[in-house]
Amino acid sequence: MKYYTYFPGCSCSSEGGARAYDWSTRAISKVLDFELKELHDWNCCGSTPSGSVDELGAFCLAARDLALAEKAGLDMVTPCSACYVIFNRTNAYLKQYPKLKEKVDESLAAGDLKYNGTVRVRHTLDIIVNDIGYETIKEKVTKPLEGLKIAPYYGCQMVRPGFGFDHPETPQSLEKLIASIGGEATRFPLKTHCCGGSLIISEEDIALDLTHKLLESAASNGADCIVTVCPLCQTNLDAYQSRVNRKFKTDYRLPVFFFTQLMGLAFGLPEKELGIKKGIVSAKKVLAKYA
Amino acid sequence: MVTETKTRTFVDEICSIPGGEGIKICIQCGTCTASCPNADKMDHTPSELIAMARAGMKKEVLSSNAMWYCLSCYICTVRCPRGIQQTSLMHALESLSIQEGLVHTKTVTPTMYRLFNHYCHLGVLPELWFMTRFYLSTNPLRAWRMIPTAWGLLKHGRLSIRSRKLTPSGSNQLKAILKKAESLGGLQ
Ligand code: SF4
Ligand code: SF4
Repeated sequence: MKYYTYFPGCSCSSEGGARAYDWSTRAISKVLDFELKELHDWNCCGSTPSGSVDELGAFCLAARDLALAEKAGLDMVTPCSACYVIFNRTNAYLKQYPKLKEKVDESLAAGDLKYNGTVRVRHTLDIIVNDIGYETIKEKVTKPLEGLKIAPYYGCQMVRPGFGFDHPETPQSLEKLIASIGGEATRFPLKTHCCGGSLIISEEDIALDLTHKLLESAASNGADCIVTVCPLCQTNLDAYQSRVNRKFKTDYRLPVFFFTQLMGLAFGLPEKELGIKKGIVSAKKVLAKYA
Repeated sequence: MVTETKTRTFVDEICSIPGGEGIKICIQCGTCTASCPNADKMDHTPSELIAMARAGMKKEVLSSNAMWYCLSCYICTVRCPRGIQQTSLMHALESLSIQEGLVHTKTVTPTMYRLFNHYCHLGVLPELWFMTRFYLSTNPLRAWRMIPTAWGLLKHGRLSIRSRKLTPSGSNQLKAILKKAESLGGLQ
């Protein structure tokens, strides 16, 4: 059994919009024999916007979580690409900029906390493919996703600026993962292009242009569905797909899964446990063969 | 002479923010601009911003819309031949422009970021209330148009009325940390 500290982040928390990602991660953890212990009393990591408003405050938000996690002494795993970048960037900057560290230390001390910079922060996909491994995953497959054409979407922040896990522009881990659960990864030239991120809220037209390009690329390469690694990417591609269709007079109906959901299906876990019905674009037709 | 002092001041200001120091070694090759998915929407491209900052054009740089169109996609950062963290530079320019009250008036992204940050400081981002408040405060008509999307999310159990809360002691701890940080007056 492998143990990790788990940082779900706001979107994957029990009140968040991506709780299906959390459910399916927990469901496959039982099959793959690893345990995620949720960080007690964690706070929002600050994400990208906080750093743009108040940089020191943003580093302190992330540092409180890291300090809490340090007490457990385990690697901290997060399913969200934005949280992943924030924590790794905080770790790197605290080492690189002593003046920043001094101020963060002083602030943490006001809350009786101390952070020594030892927590290794990892993405869920990283531990699954590197700690568990493709071979073990393959052994657990009972219902291979034969014939399912899946566009592997990495987005930006899991691979960039890059904290040692996969290539920043031409990563391969999702393709290998898809192969190990019996599916077929399609070509997907835009696999590390941006989905529009949080600009979907403030500059919807700009973000929809980017989401549209991704859907177009996935569909024209023959994908039945898209697999994602980030709650925000999933939301932009799934919940805003109908808005893309309206704006560009298209008719995309591509279900957008978290990779943990597809793994769960291949392990024969019930759809309900994986939150398959939480997708806005229905997956019924695409999954009819596999359910 | 006067211009020179000004130039140094603005460049120094940027350099004192972590990630901002790279602007001194930029060779203006334009790789960042050519890679940026939103460069065509920006009034000044990423590499132009650096050139302008080095020329001391503080007001023009900080009132640009460019950084508010940055997606934090980090493509520029991984491709820069000089190892400059252009994305961090964009973030630094955003916070400087807020500090200096020079925020570009035609984009609502700063308002969204501020509201987002407000919730982060309480420890949790409640998606439903954040979106509702943002749309109502910036463009009520859009709030109206967002109803079908929000309804879809609600129907699928993806928007909660209730939001997660920290324990009282966790919440006090976070407040104490952020209060201290505020008293330290930012990064510079
Ligand atoms: S890619 Fe780097 S060196 Fe080239 S213009 Fe951009 S910041 Fe300057
Ligand atoms: S991080 Fe920002 S500036 Fe850099 S390429 Fe992406 S959108 Fe452009």
